[in-house]
Amino acid sequence: MKFGVIVFPGSNCDHDAYHVISKHVGQPVDFIWHRDTDLRSYDAVIIPGGFSYGDYLRAGALARFSPVMNSVKEFAAKGNLVLGICNGFQILCEAGLLPGALIRNRDLHFICDHIDVRVESTNTPFTHELKAGGVLRMPIAHADGNFVCDEGTLDELRREDRIVFRYCDRDGQATEAANPNGSRDNIAGICNRERNVMGLMPHPERACEDLLGSSDGRDVFRSLAGTLATAA
Amino acid sequence: MKAKVYVTLKPSVLDPQGKAIKHSIELLGYNGISDIRQGKYFEIAIAGQQTAEQAREETMRMAHDVLSNPIIEDFRVEIEE
Repeated sequence: MKFGVIVFPGSNCDHDAYHVISKHVGQPVDFIWHRDTDLRSYDAVIIPGGFSYGDYLRAGALARFSPVMNSVKEFAAKGNLVLGICNGFQILCEAGLLPGALIRNRDLHFICDHIDVRVESTNTPFTHELKAGGVLRMPIAHADGNFVCDEGTLDELRREDRIVFRYCDRDGQATEAANPNGSRDNIAGICNRERNVMGLMPHPERACEDLLGSSDGRDVFRSLAGTLATAA
Repeated sequence: MKAKVYVTLKPSVLDPQGKAIKHSIELLGYNGISDIRQGKYFEIAIAGQQTAEQAREETMRMAHDVLSNPIIEDFRVEIEE
């Protein structure tokens, strides 16, 4: 089972993701420079957080044109697992691998905080070891995390059980007050129709050690590793 | 030849930045404003020998594929000879 963490100019959570895979998942992992295009030796690819290309034009907009992204599209089309975290989520939306878009936070602030999300779907390779309805505490760190999509897309996401995480309060209520950035329907993470591509704004890779304030993110990576182990 | 591209948020997409700008402008005493929407403007210098029509087509493609995100934004292209 081998993981790849894609590195764009401006990625800054690449080492966090690498650390979690090597230390907590205990599996081999490589950094993949954005100009590389050969993903054949990988079983799962993580697009990490950061500010690829300085967020120029729109967050994630320029990273989408890096050579590696064509390979990521092919990789995903074959059913392989792709996890986009924060800027990775933005890139996946820009690349059309996930629906919708992430625009400036409702209150315009860059938000750097621990928030709570409710597990909405455990029917994904990334969340099957989580408890449905459970609340995870994870950090967010973004200025453009406000998920928008049209009515038809929202209906489809709901109908197909593709909303994976919603922002909620400590009691698991997805209220307006618990919505940090104005995201439509409190959406914090979604998956594609085939369920092998997931994007989320919170950082599970930064929530894997109690010392860092939460280890709730570990189960996301445990699920991912479990999926790959079963498939192997 | 120059191509000008205006990218604007679709009317259905909220614009928190435009709202904040409107608020600041109102603090200065401008009260007759009903809305402000922020957008992006690009000037593209075209060095090739293409006709205005070719330049327009090419710029439309650039605007659609790169300069705008069609999910949230509209764009308009002007060609200046």
